[in-house]
Amino acid sequence: MNAAPLVALVGNPNAGKSALFNALTGARQKVGNYPGVTVERHSGRLVLPDGRPVELVDLPGAYSLEPSSPDERVTRDFLAGTQAGERLPDALVVVVDASNLDNHLRFTLQLIALGLPVVVALNMIDLAERDGLKLDPERLSRELGVPVVPTVAVRRRGLDELRAQVDGVLTGAPCAKPAPAEAEDIVTLQRRARKIAALATVSEAPVRRWGHALDSVALHPVSGVLMLLAILFVMFQTVFWAGAAPADAIAAGFDWVSGVVKHLMPDSVLRSLITDGVIAGVGAVVKFLPQILVMFFFILLLEASGYMVRAAFLMDRLMAHAGLSGRAFIPLLSSFACAVPGIMSTRTIDDEKDRLTTILIAPLMTCSARLPVYTLIIGAMIPNVRVLPFVGLQGLVMLGLYIMGVVGAFVVAVVLRKTVTQGASSGFMMEMPKYQLPQLNHLAIGLWSRAAIFLKRAGTTIAFTTIVLWAMLSFPKPPEGSPVSPVNYSIAGRIANGIEPVFRPIGFNRDIVLALIPAMAAREVAVAALGTVYAIDESGSDGGEAQIATTLAKRWSLPTALAFLMWFVFAPQCISTIAVTRRETNGWKWPAFMVGYLFALAYGAAGATYWVAKFFGL
Amino acid sequence: MNMFSRVDSHLSLESLPNRQPATVAAIDWARLSVPEARRLRELGFDEGVGVEVLHRSLIGKGPIACRIGRMTVALRRTVAGAIRVSQHAA
Repeated sequence: MNAAPLVALVGNPNAGKSALFNALTGARQKVGNYPGVTVERHSGRLVLPDGRPVELVDLPGAYSLEPSSPDERVTRDFLAGTQAGERLPDALVVVVDASNLDNHLRFTLQLIALGLPVVVALNMIDLAERDGLKLDPERLSRELGVPVVPTVAVRRRGLDELRAQVDGVLTGAPCAKPAPAEAEDIVTLQRRARKIAALATVSEAPVRRWGHALDSVALHPVSGVLMLLAILFVMFQTVFWAGAAPADAIAAGFDWVSGVVKHLMPDSVLRSLITDGVIAGVGAVVKFLPQILVMFFFILLLEASGYMVRAAFLMDRLMAHAGLSGRAFIPLLSSFACAVPGIMSTRTIDDEKDRLTTILIAPLMTCSARLPVYTLIIGAMIPNVRVLPFVGLQGLVMLGLYIMGVVGAFVVAVVLRKTVTQGASSGFMMEMPKYQLPQLNHLAIGLWSRAAIFLKRAGTTIAFTTIVLWAMLSFPKPPEGSPVSPVNYSIAGRIANGIEPVFRPIGFNRDIVLALIPAMAAREVAVAALGTVYAIDESGSDGGEAQIATTLAKRWSLPTALAFLMWFVFAPQCISTIAVTRRETNGWKWPAFMVGYLFALAYGAAGATYWVAKFFGL
Repeated sequence: MNMFSRVDSHLSLESLPNRQPATVAAIDWARLSVPEARRLRELGFDEGVGVEVLHRSLIGKGPIACRIGRMTVALRRTVAGAIRVSQHAA
């Protein structure tokens, strides 16, 4: 009885629902997850005119009560009172786009027929007026049989009136129920909606949006592609430019904490656990947070401005070759910086199989964590010669590795679409929202929730895994005076001994196998791990990496180095990616499949490279 | 409702020239998958609704963007091919 009433905000996608939610709740909101699905639950506190609080939930946008995506299923279940852990809402605020009444009223009619108290927010009324559309909210209210409040969420217009009407439907007598709408099919509803829209429209000018002019540039086969390339260029430059300094600062911060702990604690197993295990391991992952956030900033910006669908439109043809839709393009592209934001942003893909395929191939995009490994090995093993004017062999090998990843991803996508993620593609059919200026608070909330998800992962799954890896590298300790180094004596060293025969056919020696074990945490750890294996003290001199490179050049054959690079193109050596895949697919089945197929590919590709290189006498 | 249905209905949305207002005459639902058909209805495609092709992506085979009612929608050509339209008399 004492619980605050629950009111759900519901409506079509692109009705300005989130903007209205932000305007109504301000900073008092919470972002969580519905149990069992990767759909975010946004809730906040709305204060009624008399000061009573109401819990307001922003439901995912939907076109009807017949769900075609996990998001829409949550909306349907929530409204039916069958969503796990949720109670039936006490009232609904239905948000409709004033300039798109024909379409949005159909869903409104469906919602009114549910029988819950309803208030309709006739949102973005200013844009409709600018569009030459004059509406009669009172007539609309009469036709629908529920209160209608014109609102402009971004300018905070109509909010008080909306609060008052919510108060009214919550406390007042239940409003007159409209004629029962049961068993009405979508076409009948649509026709009724169009009739009501026509009645509520006072006058109408033909659609003339400035957005159409922008679209003739943004969707043009030539200028549109150039514009997309320019946006991507800026995005990637910013990710690496703005992400680098904070990443270094975070790394330095973790080093500093590690130094303090070393200073305060006597040398012991516990100290090693804290510094070499937890701090170093979590630091290696958290270091990527700035880049991930910059990437997400751009993704949220593109999404909120309405451009994302345009990019998908341009790339749909290309992606269709791999059995995917244009929606997969941005997540895959983000994965070039880091697969973690890439996989998290697949939530914008409606079709579950499209989404799953995209998640499974995302790790094949060459992420920034592979760069230190590629740079080290290429620098050490590939001669710095020019094969053509301005074309160096080292750069060519690097480019080749990137291309291998992309080609691999396309081939894998085609195979997956015919096997495990088989099924009719839902194609590409989507509403292109109006262009909008993104709202800063909306971006900030989105960024914060992504950062929280990532840090929570780093603090739990990833911290735990790095401790396990540390233990494997540290125990058991060799007896006093043993000629065997601690790493070689440890469990990891023994595992490396055990599995080395498996890797011998693809040209890997035991040292490489040993370095691959800690590099499971994050790929670039391989660089430091090679240093450890070859007993090079990195901290002693600033020439740590140069020393590793010299050692590698002496100890590795060229076929081995090439095989090692190939391994890194495919191998799923990243705990964060595995953890985020588990989260986004709700279970271990798909991450296990991903790890399995990527290791198999890595093994095959590295082996083939090794033997081809040997055959040509490299 | 049916005043346009007999005019030029051999024309599909796929072959409708850009920026030429037309009306949906008929939709060949049998050519569409169940989810495609449902989404198409949800986006407001129905006989008698005004439609206009706004943009075509990469010449030849990419999706098209069209206006339906007061909304802009992107469709693949296979779907657009199932939508018969009649052009308004000039």
